[in-house]
Amino acid sequence: MARMKFICDAERCIECNGCVTACKNEHEVPWGVNRRRVVTLNDGVPGEKSISVACMHCSDAPCMAVCPVNCFYRTEEGVVLHDKDVCIGCGYCSYACPFGAPQFPSAGTFGVRGKMDKCTFCAGGPEEHGSQAEFEKYGRNRLAEGKLPACAEMCSTKALLAGDGDVVADILRNRVVQRGKGAEVWGWGTAYGSANGGKK
Amino acid sequence: MKPLRSLATACVLLSMFALSACGETPQNASAAGVKADRSVYQGVGDSPFAASGWTAGDRVSWQAVLKARAQYGQNDYTRMTP
Repeated sequence: MARMKFICDAERCIECNGCVTACKNEHEVPWGVNRRRVVTLNDGVPGEKSISVACMHCSDAPCMAVCPVNCFYRTEEGVVLHDKDVCIGCGYCSYACPFGAPQFPSAGTFGVRGKMDKCTFCAGGPEEHGSQAEFEKYGRNRLAEGKLPACAEMCSTKALLAGDGDVVADILRNRVVQRGKGAEVWGWGTAYGSANGGKK
Repeated sequence: MKPLRSLATACVLLSMFALSACGETPQNASAAGVKADRSVYQGVGDSPFAASGWTAGDRVSWQAVLKARAQYGQNDYTRMTP
């Protein structure tokens, strides 16, 4: 198996924040912590583009490189996870990550930082799979349940794809080739074309 | 003699209490270490949330069910006629 990967199709993302909501609900992520966010470029300007961003489970993860206590590890499927019992909440990973993935709950007094929290690709963490301890620290382990991440499965336009890197790359490649561009875009003729709209 | 003995006992107890803070568990990185994590294809055991169609512990069946799920759930071009 290849590595588990996310990819977001900017042509399809409509900034509905369904992925953000699905993630927060699935893992009961605390207030102020967003494992996934939707970023919009040129917001409000015609032609704006949105993409859904979370931990990209990098092949050469900078967070892993800078962590002073080595709390990160990579699973066989290429998912970058961390051990919250080892994390000291220093925030180095937050500075190193180019995607802003590491999050810190700030529920303590004087803005004290808690243990780092981030997207787990719905793969839990170093606790017994499906246990209460795993859920409370890392959230649901959907991969071990034979499911894909909740954000991608809940995406209404299927802009956010998740799974085996080879599979999602094939889906996206096929999509890009088939949909064309401009007036060729799939569905354009069906909605706005002639009586024969949609037929090639 | 007796007050002296009780004073000595009190001193010993007090020093034991004072030195108890020196017995903290090591906090250096090598002593802590990341806990071992099982592979995800080992499954979650007997859970009502687990998807059907694969066997826990069988990597090939787990890969197959995820692949099918990705195609069915994310590839809408497989559902339309060309």
